[in-house]
Amino acid sequence: MKQFTYTITDPVGIHARPAGLLAKAAKALDSTVTITKAGGKAAAATKLMAVMGLGVKTGETITFTIEGGNEEASAAAMEQFCKDNM
Amino acid sequence: MQVATGKSILNGIAIGPLRIYKQVETQTSQISSITPEEEYARFDAARVKAQEQLGGLYDKALDEVGEENASIFEIHQMMLDDDDYLDAVKGIIDTQGATAEYAVSTTGENFAAAFADMEDEYMRARAADVKDISRRVVNVLLGKGDEEMMDDQPAILVADDLTPSETVQLDKSKLLGFITRHGSSNSHTAILARTMNIPALVGVDFQDDWDGKLAVIDGYNHCVYIEPAQELLSAMEEKRANDIKQEALLQSLKKKPNITLDGKEIKVYANIGNAGDVGLVLQNDAQGIGLFRSEFIYLDSKDYPSEDQQFMLYKRVVETMAGKKVIIRTLDIGADKQADYFELDREENPALGYRAIRICLTRKEVFKTQLRAILRASAFGTVSIMFPMIISVREVRDAKEILEECRAELQERGVAMGRVEIGVMIETPAAVVIADELAEEVEFFSLGTNDLTQYTLAIDRQNPKLDNFYDSHHPAVLRMIRHTIEAGHRHGCWVGICGELGADQTLTETFLRMGVDELSVSPSSVLPLRKIIRSLDLSKVEKA
Repeated sequence: MKQFTYTITDPVGIHARPAGLLAKAAKALDSTVTITKAGGKAAAATKLMAVMGLGVKTGETITFTIEGGNEEASAAAMEQFCKDNM
Repeated sequence: MQVATGKSILNGIAIGPLRIYKQVETQTSQISSITPEEEYARFDAARVKAQEQLGGLYDKALDEVGEENASIFEIHQMMLDDDDYLDAVKGIIDTQGATAEYAVSTTGENFAAAFADMEDEYMRARAADVKDISRRVVNVLLGKGDEEMMDDQPAILVADDLTPSETVQLDKSKLLGFITRHGSSNSHTAILARTMNIPALVGVDFQDDWDGKLAVIDGYNHCVYIEPAQELLSAMEEKRANDIKQEALLQSLKKKPNITLDGKEIKVYANIGNAGDVGLVLQNDAQGIGLFRSEFIYLDSKDYPSEDQQFMLYKRVVETMAGKKVIIRTLDIGADKQADYFELDREENPALGYRAIRICLTRKEVFKTQLRAILRASAFGTVSIMFPMIISVREVRDAKEILEECRAELQERGVAMGRVEIGVMIETPAAVVIADELAEEVEFFSLGTNDLTQYTLAIDRQNPKLDNFYDSHHPAVLRMIRHTIEAGHRHGCWVGICGELGADQTLTETFLRMGVDELSVSPSSVLPLRKIIRSLDLSKVEKA
């Protein structure tokens, strides 16, 4: 299992578009990716509406948990995705 | 004649017969007569078909309203790939022996309800999206094409609500305008209507017997007239003809620079009094917003508007302007503009009283709420702040210091912000006289000629008895303007005019000769002004 945290800089938080892109990117990986908000609410990164349902706002820090498959590569891919899109 | 009111999406006039569209309640049977596997296969095929349709809509929207607005259809496609959505549909089919149609519409309702409960306004608006995609899949399942909402005659469409996809699919050559009972001015449908330049009203409590009647949407006054009296109809036709003339002028002057025959270029911006005016700013091809009167947010509110409320409004304006400059004037309340919850005392002499920056500097929390909202919006485009009613250097320094406090607070919260240019309104004789010192503190000046004239001439413009004494071209005012422009330029400030005089076409040449950098006028004055500027030749000796 690998974990990293990321603080959202997109002023609207994780809205529909980044959530959709995230789902697409996460589906392409061979690992399971879960994102968790402070307080424990979590959603699978592949689930667009569940991720939107977390209502993550700008400035909030979320934790990415990567399990199974090539965790190293998946974590790196997710980190890069965050920087580019959220 | 009947009049109904609503929220206007676009300042425009539409005249034509009303056509009421009722969404046909789709009758779906609940219990399936085939196996769950077969039902799910039906659903899956319909889902893929719906995604293809959405792909087509994306391309159409891309053409008509641009990528930013079209992306909603891309998101709709992605929603139909969502695992939870698919699982929910499958669950209903499997456990209830339901038809695919029933499973999809139930899932759509459930997801929409979950979004509608969220605290975030943006997320709440997503409920309509989930319903929209579910309806599309059900229609495919039932073998129905997209419903024909209009017949062959051009008309004003009336409906309970319009989904984004319905809005994009409408035949624009027949759609004169539309009226809906539901929907917010923030919805995707509203944004699309604005971008497509279609007069529209939302939140109208319409009646079924309106169908077929002649009506006028008056977007300027947020209302619709049903079977208008001849006199009103003529007035509206004239207004519409004016809009069309303006449009023709726009077509001939669009994208052309505001440049004189001898090559001097100046900026022409627009003044706006509320967020809904942004459409007009873009329609009239203004290069920016030179005066965003932020007080409407306070005047339209029953209590102090929160930072988030203000942020959403500023952001919408800044985003819509897409990188063009937006100059937000901080709260200018007091005098003739009153909001009860401010609990301002009655004054003998309100024009000279407790107002604008004087309120802001003494009620610091009110001021900071607004400044934080503006700073947050600055991440989305090009934002400038200007402070009104300045009479001293100390006031400017205090205001800047408070602005810096706000910036530091937001930085601590990890909020993104852009660079914000700072300026002051020059609208008191005191500010003109000390313009050199003020210019050292800021990056631009904007001359508020209405107050400057009133304070310089000591004439109350509301008093009709004084009309004989009032001279808007009084040499004292013109000299003050010249002095301000020169002082600003000595210290590297650009100088604009945002008061009524800026639109006075008999003074345009004078202002240009004084070296003014920008004129900010009402949106409808932008193009006439451009026409004048393009006909001037400053290299010739001034006419006597």
